[in-house]
Amino acid sequence: MENMLYGSSSPHIRSKETISKIMIDVLIALLPATLASIYYFRFNAIKLIGISILTAVLTEWALQKFMNKPITINDFSAVVTGLLLAFNIPASAPWWIPVIGSAFAIAIVKQAFGGLGNNFINPALAARAMLLASWPVLMTNWVTPGADAVSTATPLAILKGEAEGTLPSITNVLMGNIGGSLGETSALLLIIGGLYLLYRGVITWKIPVSYIGTVMIMTLLLDGGFTNMTYHTLSGGLMLGAFYMATDYSSSPVTSKGQIIFGVGCGILTAIIRIYGGYPEGVSYSILLMNVASPLIDKYTSPKVFGEVKKVA
Amino acid sequence: MNLQSQTFKGGIHPPHFKKSTENLTIERAKTPDMVYIPMQQHIGAPCEAIVKVGDSVKIGQKVGEAKAFVSAPIHSSVSGKVKKIQKLDTPTGNATTIIIESDGKNEIHESVVSKGKIDDLTKEEIVEVIKEAGITGLGGAGFPTHVKLSPPPEKKVDTVILNGAECEPYLTADHRLMVEQPEMIIKGLKAIMKAVEVTKGFIGIEDNKPDAIKVMMEASKNEKNIQVVPVKTKYPQGDEKRLINSITKREVPNGGLPMDVGVVVNNVGTAHAIGNAFETGMPLVERVATITGSGINNPRNLIIKIGTPFKDIIDECGGFKDNPGKIIMGGPMMGIAQHSIEVPTIKGTSGILVLDKEEAKIPDPDPCIRCAKCVDICPVNLQPLFISKLSLKRMYEEAGSYNALSCIECGSCSFVCPSKRPLLQSIRVAKREILSNRKKS
Ligand code: SF4
Ligand code: SF4
Repeated sequence: MENMLYGSSSPHIRSKETISKIMIDVLIALLPATLASIYYFRFNAIKLIGISILTAVLTEWALQKFMNKPITINDFSAVVTGLLLAFNIPASAPWWIPVIGSAFAIAIVKQAFGGLGNNFINPALAARAMLLASWPVLMTNWVTPGADAVSTATPLAILKGEAEGTLPSITNVLMGNIGGSLGETSALLLIIGGLYLLYRGVITWKIPVSYIGTVMIMTLLLDGGFTNMTYHTLSGGLMLGAFYMATDYSSSPVTSKGQIIFGVGCGILTAIIRIYGGYPEGVSYSILLMNVASPLIDKYTSPKVFGEVKKVA
Repeated sequence: MNLQSQTFKGGIHPPHFKKSTENLTIERAKTPDMVYIPMQQHIGAPCEAIVKVGDSVKIGQKVGEAKAFVSAPIHSSVSGKVKKIQKLDTPTGNATTIIIESDGKNEIHESVVSKGKIDDLTKEEIVEVIKEAGITGLGGAGFPTHVKLSPPPEKKVDTVILNGAECEPYLTADHRLMVEQPEMIIKGLKAIMKAVEVTKGFIGIEDNKPDAIKVMMEASKNEKNIQVVPVKTKYPQGDEKRLINSITKREVPNGGLPMDVGVVVNNVGTAHAIGNAFETGMPLVERVATITGSGINNPRNLIIKIGTPFKDIIDECGGFKDNPGKIIMGGPMMGIAQHSIEVPTIKGTSGILVLDKEEAKIPDPDPCIRCAKCVDICPVNLQPLFISKLSLKRMYEEAGSYNALSCIECGSCSFVCPSKRPLLQSIRVAKREILSNRKKS
């Protein structure tokens, strides 16, 4: 019997948390917004989301098979990436847009850098930026929700004066009954999902609160007060970005202070791009820029060790 | 006083697993036929055997003499004959061991007499009694208690804390001791307070033991210098420096000792042993331990004679359920896995935990996903993921620059990691390498 005893070092018990449980929690959190997307954009949403997820999973599987690495598709992280990418494209996009986007996200941004945990920028966002740069028209061809989808402008474009039209009501903005990317339209459902992630401990408050808070303060002060602030906060990609993309583990800082700096940085960049920049929206680029700064932020925000005595200079 | 439970920053909430023994009254284990008493049960210098094969001994008779200041004498836990003296495995290593065959009479040695009233003794006399009684920290580490109670004159100690947190899952020995014998614990605390000449004593108890809090409050209600403080149930609340921080808000300097902030901490079990040493004169020859876990048939809290083989005790608790997966001395977070059940109970055995095959399995690690959970919970504010990564790359000096040496080895990071990475294990390797490199240079 003796030699059958396990002899590893302490601790001898582990939590029940696993990577796949975390990813499933993210999928659960995104479910309401996914359903809303399907409700608003009908078959187009089903088609694009399905293709995007499928491509992401297949790409990961094929690459790992080809490189003789352990297959990790059952950790669901590729599903999350595929879904998030789909959330970032307009309902009018052709089928090959998510194919290229997902393949790029998984193959180039995620696996080429060593897989989950090693990507230094958010795969879905990097793919979106690539798509936007390559097919700017297709990627900004917004349509109204509903069966008879017609071209429309996003509230942010209207706010910026780049597009004609009247701003939709705040209720519609909250519910998602507006133009925009597939999954970013309903602020309310994204917030509910975000609260679920907070409750489950998958994310902490630091990045979303500092990010959203900074955008609110800056737009309140610099872009025409309360009404504009409300539209800046609730429409566009802010909620999706703040709760689900900026919080990406691999590409955000690990220290508490670092996460707050990261969130504030995202917020400042987003507000500046939206108010002074060339685009109506700035969430993706802000997060990508801060992703690149993350290792540096981590380096300079190492917390003080408990009981550390101040060095005498 | 503040009604809210006091706490510290960081920490985790592992499942308690205390249900099966927390309401079981402490019982006395059978006297074993043979006890195996190692001459090294504490931190510090080993003892020297002062009996010979063939000698008759009685309970409480000194059999191992401490030859250094940081050491504690060892006494026989049975009456009978010394059979053999040889090197044997102990739960913490290998040591010269006195093997005594019990005659079953449990006769008590003449030296065991009450030491009188604490009020009538000087502080030096009190420390001497504690030293002669062979008392060491019963929480697990096993540091000789008289050393803790002899701070150098430049350290001004003003507070004594009794550690009744018992934050390790599964263990309930301290809990039961507080519920069943609060007076003896208070008595020990008063002796400690007098030994270090302080007038402020706290007893910190995790708030998942409301019955113990109530009983201890009741028992100390006429002691105006002693205060029971409920502390939040959170691992590692029972770590000395966390407990000091929770109760006094003081921060023990990194690398320093509790006495650097004027505090002396002792386990409630230790205080109980001290109380007993004064009242009956009996040195530390037995202790309370929890025998529990998914792999044991009848979990219990038992008073066990030092030197009793684990095997006898496991048998007394109904034996194993199926094949055991892992046998641990202590709790599941910081306990030491055992390779054999022939090892004896020592002063630091707070529990014997048997995990079944299923629970004992440690899953294979996945890559770090940088979720930062290990960073969020580290009670000393380390970044376990970086230290571990550097350690696995054998970059030990760089690991040191992330303060690897400040790790208290609580295991919280390994526990929370969703990727099941062997964080603490690799940090331990880094610590060892850094220390041995320092010695070399
Ligand atoms: S808890 Fe594990 S997966 Fe998360 S950052 Fe730490 S080491 Fe990496
Ligand atoms: S790094 Fe050390 S002190 Fe921090 S949680 Fe891990 S084991 Fe505990």
